[in-house]
Amino acid sequence: MSVTERTDVLVIGSGFGGAIPAYHLAAGGAKVVILERGPHLTAPDFTHDLRLGSYTRIVDLVQGDGITVVAGNCVGGSSVVYFAASLRAPGFVFDRRGSLGHRLWPSTLTRAALDPWYDRVEEALPVAEPSWDQVPYPGGLFAAACARAGRTCNPVPVAVDLARCTNCNWMLNGCHFDAKRSMLLNYLPAAAAHGAEIRPLHEAQTIAPATTPGYRYRVAYTQLDAGDYRLPVGVGAIEAKTVVLAAGALATPVLLQRSAPLLGGVPQAVGRYFSGNGDRVSIADADEDKVRDLLGLERAPGIPYQGFPIGKPIGSMSYDRLDAATAEFTRFSLQQIYFPGITDLLAQATDTPATSWFGVRKKEMRARWPSWLSVLAMTEDDNEGVFGAPPPTGSSTRVATSLCLSTLSYRPTANTLRGWAAADAEARAVLERDGLARVRPWSENAAGSVSAHPLASCRMGDDPVTSALDERGELRGHPGLFVTDGSAVPTSLCVNPSLTIAALAERACPGIVASTAEAGVRARYGAPTPR
Amino acid sequence: MVPGEKRHSGDLAIAGAAPGPGAVQAGAIELLNLPDLGIGALLPELALLVNTRALAYAAIHGRVLLPTQPPFVALRFTDRTALAGELLTPGAPDRQLYVLLALFAAAAFDTAAHLHTTEAIRQRHPGLAWIGFPAPDADGLWRFPDYSYGRRLASEHPLTTPGGHPA
Repeated sequence: MSVTERTDVLVIGSGFGGAIPAYHLAAGGAKVVILERGPHLTAPDFTHDLRLGSYTRIVDLVQGDGITVVAGNCVGGSSVVYFAASLRAPGFVFDRRGSLGHRLWPSTLTRAALDPWYDRVEEALPVAEPSWDQVPYPGGLFAAACARAGRTCNPVPVAVDLARCTNCNWMLNGCHFDAKRSMLLNYLPAAAAHGAEIRPLHEAQTIAPATTPGYRYRVAYTQLDAGDYRLPVGVGAIEAKTVVLAAGALATPVLLQRSAPLLGGVPQAVGRYFSGNGDRVSIADADEDKVRDLLGLERAPGIPYQGFPIGKPIGSMSYDRLDAATAEFTRFSLQQIYFPGITDLLAQATDTPATSWFGVRKKEMRARWPSWLSVLAMTEDDNEGVFGAPPPTGSSTRVATSLCLSTLSYRPTANTLRGWAAADAEARAVLERDGLARVRPWSENAAGSVSAHPLASCRMGDDPVTSALDERGELRGHPGLFVTDGSAVPTSLCVNPSLTIAALAERACPGIVASTAEAGVRARYGAPTPR
Repeated sequence: MVPGEKRHSGDLAIAGAAPGPGAVQAGAIELLNLPDLGIGALLPELALLVNTRALAYAAIHGRVLLPTQPPFVALRFTDRTALAGELLTPGAPDRQLYVLLALFAAAAFDTAAHLHTTEAIRQRHPGLAWIGFPAPDADGLWRFPDYSYGRRLASEHPLTTPGGHPA
């Protein structure tokens, strides 16, 4: 390393988990540097384009063994590419036991305890509950099908400025109209206004003890080429009194694994208990005539639906199976969602698993693409993902733009499979009733299970054996090293996790500021929520 | 992956198993050769790999292949489909390579991933046209002013909290 810099606080990652502590620490008086692996783009850069090189600059497809994960790779992290569904986790989630036989969340954490922190996040990125006339056609179709099947259905609260939203359905590319409330619009600019320095294209590689007296950690990083993230263009190191690790559930545990020998070991739970949030996507191929005859829907003369590409990606959702009184691994939500065409490959057209997702019948199904409806089940999985030995650099091996190979392996347990089967059955009960649609889960032959909600690979809890972090989010045995991203969330949530990740990050901030002050930095907690 | 009609009567590479354009017509070869992707130079090796597997498939299943044709091309369409299923089955050797090839072939059809989407729409890209991908506004951006049925279509869950969250 040629130069070692020093700062009070180093934040690794700039998504929900990184931006929020960066703001509170900077606003509280600490000198903050943020390292972000991806590029720094803003609204004009977020084009409506499916060409490779457009959205692939900011979205990674990370392929593990048995699972593929979609994750953000840019300043603002996944908040830039997410679909903005902003839900509080149901109360029963905090009592989950998984298959380990004990409560997995810290005893201090309940829905009631987290609600004030949810409130605080919702001040910063206003969460709107759409009225029914703001729910796009696919959400309307799903709701009408739920109602006909005797179920309830809700409009989904979204962190979107509904007045600005054009319902373009390009959220994965980043919002060109700045209608989606990402970290680029609130916490990050507020942190920068208080002096925080954001360094894009900086990939943290190791965390080690600092050598300078008064500093606790030394983080080594690689600078990446803006055109090809596989190419390093520089290296450096920064020493800090506090490190906030928020690189995401696919990168945080890997960075800690690589750093373990330098840090004198890390808790054994690092890199274990990964959860894909129980994500399970199905495609419903709707019969337009049945949509008209059974549901009485018509969006234009002679057109009952054909609305798959229209709207915000997430519009409506069923809470019917989030019943606290029922057994664990049987509870889930069903959410209407749109995915861009790159995922069309995964839809199944026949019942022959090995060849169901390609060929002649699949091409015929593509001709009905505007009549598709996709449904995401978020279930109670069993935290069965495990990371192998870390790669030489980074969190995965980048083989092409946006395509990465991870050491993560995922073998769903019988519990998880039971939850998925229950969700599949419910999707069919609602959408196949009287032949309204034909429903099939995405093929697992191509990519294993697919998750857009990686969680829990470095989770918090009370049991040191099964949780890497204490209830404040500090890595056990490593004072001043905090984890605040999705990897800290102990279990799947049965809803989209962004708001919970953000609320947990808010909740961790007083402790991080206090720890930083103990290290000799004049920092105070209590800055107002940025708007 | 996305079968299409033959480009001409003597077309061997495309089996002609389905009417209309397929992945090749949609630009799969152009996409695989895209400099951004960086795998163009590997394509002859990949073709060799596929042909080796096709020979093995033919031997195991008792298929006689014309020696004047590349082995994969010499297979009947149903055998090509079965072989593709084998190559892409979890646990199969080199599966990750074949998954990537499948993904890129499909992406050429479903997303015209080698073209800017507005340009692809202008050119009547066969895949986007086949799936009925909507056209943008004149400025190349998509907006849907008409997007909702505009009425309540279900009752909300009784335990919904203020703000629309589950309890």
